[in-house]
Amino acid sequence: MNKVMRLHGSKINRKKHIKFKFNDKEMTGVDGDTLASAMLANGQMLFARSFKYHRPRGVLTAGSEEPNALVNFFNDHSWEPNTKATTIELYDGLLAKSQNHKGSLEFDFMAINDYFHKFLSAGFYYKTFMWPKSFWEKIYEPVIRSAAGLGTLEKKDDPSIYDKGFLHCDLLVIGAGPAGIMATLTAAKNGLKVILCEEDFVLGGRLNADTEFINEQAGSAWADDKLDEIKQFANVKVMIRTSVYGSFDHGIFGAVERKTDHIRSSGGKPRQILWRIYTKRSILTAGALERFISFGNNDRPGIMLSSAIRTYLNRWGVCPGKRIALFTNNNDGWRTARELRDSGCNVVAVIDSRMESSNQLDGVPTFKGETIIDTRGRKRIKSIELKDGTTIETDCLGVSGGWNPNIHLSCHQRGKPVWDDKKLCFLPDKIPFGMKVAGSANGKFLLSDVMRDSIQKTEQIVKELGYKYKKISVPKCTGEDLIIEECWEVSGTKSRSWVDLQNDVTSKDIYQSYLEGFHSVEHLKRYTTLGMATDQGKSSNVLGLAIMAKIQKTTVGDVGTTIFRPPYTPVAIGTLAGRARGKEFRPYRLTPSHNWATEMGAVFVETGNWLRAQWFPKPNEKHWRQSVDREVLETRKSVGICDVTTLGKIDIKGRDAGEFLNRVYANNFGKLEVGKTRYGLMLRDDGVAYDDGTTARLSDNHFMMTTTTANAVGVFRHLEFCRQCLWQELDVHMISSTDGWAQYAIAGPNSRKLLQKIVDDNYNIENENFPFMACGEITICGGTAARLFRISFSGELAYELAVPSRYGDSLIRILMEAGKEFNAVPYGTEALGVMRIEKGHAAGNELNGQITAQNLGMGKLISKKNDCIGNLMSEREEFEAPESLRLVGFIPVEKSKSLTAGSHLFSRSIEHKMENDEGWLSSVAYSPNLEHSIGLGFIKNGHNRIGETVVAVNLINNQLLDVEIVSPHFLDPEGERLRA
Amino acid sequence: MIINHPYLGPRDASEFVYKGDANLINRPNWDSKNSHQQFHDYLYLRDNPEGEHKELWYHEQGDRSWLIVTRNTITHEVLDVKLVRDVSVGKRK
Repeated sequence: MNKVMRLHGSKINRKKHIKFKFNDKEMTGVDGDTLASAMLANGQMLFARSFKYHRPRGVLTAGSEEPNALVNFFNDHSWEPNTKATTIELYDGLLAKSQNHKGSLEFDFMAINDYFHKFLSAGFYYKTFMWPKSFWEKIYEPVIRSAAGLGTLEKKDDPSIYDKGFLHCDLLVIGAGPAGIMATLTAAKNGLKVILCEEDFVLGGRLNADTEFINEQAGSAWADDKLDEIKQFANVKVMIRTSVYGSFDHGIFGAVERKTDHIRSSGGKPRQILWRIYTKRSILTAGALERFISFGNNDRPGIMLSSAIRTYLNRWGVCPGKRIALFTNNNDGWRTARELRDSGCNVVAVIDSRMESSNQLDGVPTFKGETIIDTRGRKRIKSIELKDGTTIETDCLGVSGGWNPNIHLSCHQRGKPVWDDKKLCFLPDKIPFGMKVAGSANGKFLLSDVMRDSIQKTEQIVKELGYKYKKISVPKCTGEDLIIEECWEVSGTKSRSWVDLQNDVTSKDIYQSYLEGFHSVEHLKRYTTLGMATDQGKSSNVLGLAIMAKIQKTTVGDVGTTIFRPPYTPVAIGTLAGRARGKEFRPYRLTPSHNWATEMGAVFVETGNWLRAQWFPKPNEKHWRQSVDREVLETRKSVGICDVTTLGKIDIKGRDAGEFLNRVYANNFGKLEVGKTRYGLMLRDDGVAYDDGTTARLSDNHFMMTTTTANAVGVFRHLEFCRQCLWQELDVHMISSTDGWAQYAIAGPNSRKLLQKIVDDNYNIENENFPFMACGEITICGGTAARLFRISFSGELAYELAVPSRYGDSLIRILMEAGKEFNAVPYGTEALGVMRIEKGHAAGNELNGQITAQNLGMGKLISKKNDCIGNLMSEREEFEAPESLRLVGFIPVEKSKSLTAGSHLFSRSIEHKMENDEGWLSSVAYSPNLEHSIGLGFIKNGHNRIGETVVAVNLINNQLLDVEIVSPHFLDPEGERLRA
Repeated sequence: MIINHPYLGPRDASEFVYKGDANLINRPNWDSKNSHQQFHDYLYLRDNPEGEHKELWYHEQGDRSWLIVTRNTITHEVLDVKLVRDVSVGKRK
């Protein structure tokens, strides 16, 4: 059946042939085809294997609601699984493969699952994946889990490019069927800025799939004409291949535009664009989707929704069978039968579940008040069996179980739809602000009603937005009413009756769910997987709810729906990420000395977003410790230079700047002299240490604050909060200047001599003129403005020199050149850490959000005389208790051993359990000066236990180590070096 | 989500940072009689209303102003946006 004559189709060009391959089999379609319509035209009814039972499956629908026909689609450079054949636009050279089978699509070895269906019912995982424990990794995960499922990913990087964009409009029209086109025209003529989004690649919706007439013109031609008319309006943007997938707060919508999925090569252009659309108003004209009926073996290839058959027939000119039967509970099934017959297709029977149906079709056998209880045919349906025992041979069965309005986007903000007893469908109820629902999405199934509803809703929107409304008349339309009667599930069959084809959920699973106590719809969904996965149950959910309602002897409305959540159709993770992938997701910040450090062969480390030099290996150094030890020793011996630009810098000015600092730091700042720097400890208002740094007073009303690298953003935010929300009476202003200044620490006994070579002559930085903690605005290298601070993190005679960032690269080169005679070394963050631990300075490891000023031994620093953040709560008993933790130093009793950070501390000969835990080691390092391991940490009452030996326990690698409590100041405890 | 900034007009919520209950601007007086109890309540007790809630948002990717946003916690409707500075001017001693 390779050659199928194509009938006339409203949206194809039969003359333009397109070659493509499905499972390496070459096929030919025509321009305007989808993969599904082209495959059907080539007689290929077997598309896929089902999720759990690996049953042969065909195609059920003609749109994005498709549960069965999922394929692996070769897109530009990679295979994308779970792509709906019903939405893939055909192009020359397209490649697609079937998925979820072992062996071929025709002979899937996993089809054996179908014979074990009794064991694979709802709750199978929950009941089976329990014991024995060893089976989990050996059997359950690798074997059973992989047997079920959809397509598999290539597990390679997605080579496609994705983009993001923002759009704004007065009115967003969602869906370009008759209602959407009418709404767009009405709004456009009234001057609104309109965006019309359509997920399909043609406009018209069901106008292309049906044969209705509008103003005596064929519907599909009317849609074409109106599109031409719409294009004349400069205030309208029409976006095809664009799925609006979510409705969010305040009129914001998410939409995915597929830019290159329909062409062979993206040509380096973005494949998809994620749009965020800001709207004043929106109108949901997404139409309605037909639903299924549950009967025995209703999943065979060749069983389709009745409306889909009509779509393939009218839009694509494909008759999907030679002997077509229809099963319906409403007038719409008859419409399909009539149109098939009128097109010359062979309709063998219409089975109408309604007794009173007045429909009839000449020459077509009709069974009224009758239902189908079973079907036959493995890879394609061969026959159906009616309840009265009649068997009818057929190769294609259309099913019409009624229509579900596409209300999803109206429910994304927790809206609960209401059940309509007459139309047998859910209708939108509490709609998000700014949205209106019109047309079939609003339960209007007669074309003239659709048009009228759409025009009326748009008129309301036009008026709400303050425009004067110009009247638009309702076009004259053909069409007929639905007239539906309930028929959800055909009982009395021993065969399985499918409800959700994508997840292989049968009506028995719903009964079982009820019997086992999962009555609520949300439980039903989780227990049976009804309505999950890529189609989110668009053809199955209401059917499942109706069966549950029948079991519970209540109405569908009382059973209710599960919560609707975005996305309406699947959105690729790559699309959500856009350009923010890999390093683009979180770009590095580079310091001004980065290029120079790279030239030096530095090894870098990420600290926050920053890349900082960790150490500078020499060619002969094989281990990082060699480099770090050398940098520490050389710095302490002569001079070392380290980039400290990453520290947060905040410039604070104003008459009350001093008072402001008094209040944000725990220690006093108001009396800091001009030209001096002071260490500041910042608490949170609950008394816990937040951040620390130094602040310099450059003039009476001008301070320069530094923060830790990690808290630079947070501290600035906190200061703005204090300034704007707590103390508005203070005259103070500030700006973050972290990026504005390149700053270098110059440390070591020769640091002054080195600096004197570049500081301009008119600035005296001798000890008596520029003592420890001095600061000043100076010039260097013949006039370059700079700031000099005599502060020391290393414990050596040390300075920090800041220049505007653009001079940062030059300055490091000048410093290193000038330092040659002193054998100046650059040092990285590791050496910085070693030296601060040797000196006993707390850093991020110590300020971990649990530690108080008292724990740090800085309790006396806290100002009691004035209000400052955290001082009051610092007074609580627990903080002042003598047994509280104290920052002290630790050394191994056996000097050759190494301390491990994170080890917990216990008194000797006591059990190592939580109740006996006395503290922990927070920072450890090897001190090249002391030639053994040293550490800082917190232990209860530590300052009164100097000399005691305790046990450092590291349960991760079962290390027990005797350690001695010592002063945290391992080196130069009197601070003579830094004052030199 | 959109926050209608009093100076800058409607801005996307991604430009803002959320802090919490707007009551955080009412920091107790440190030397009042039962200041410890007051600070305890200020720091640790929060209302969790269903419906209208006044909360602090910081326009970090904008003009750095702290705002009091009145938001319905059920519908996310933003009912009112004010600069903190405008709210508490004159309230201070």
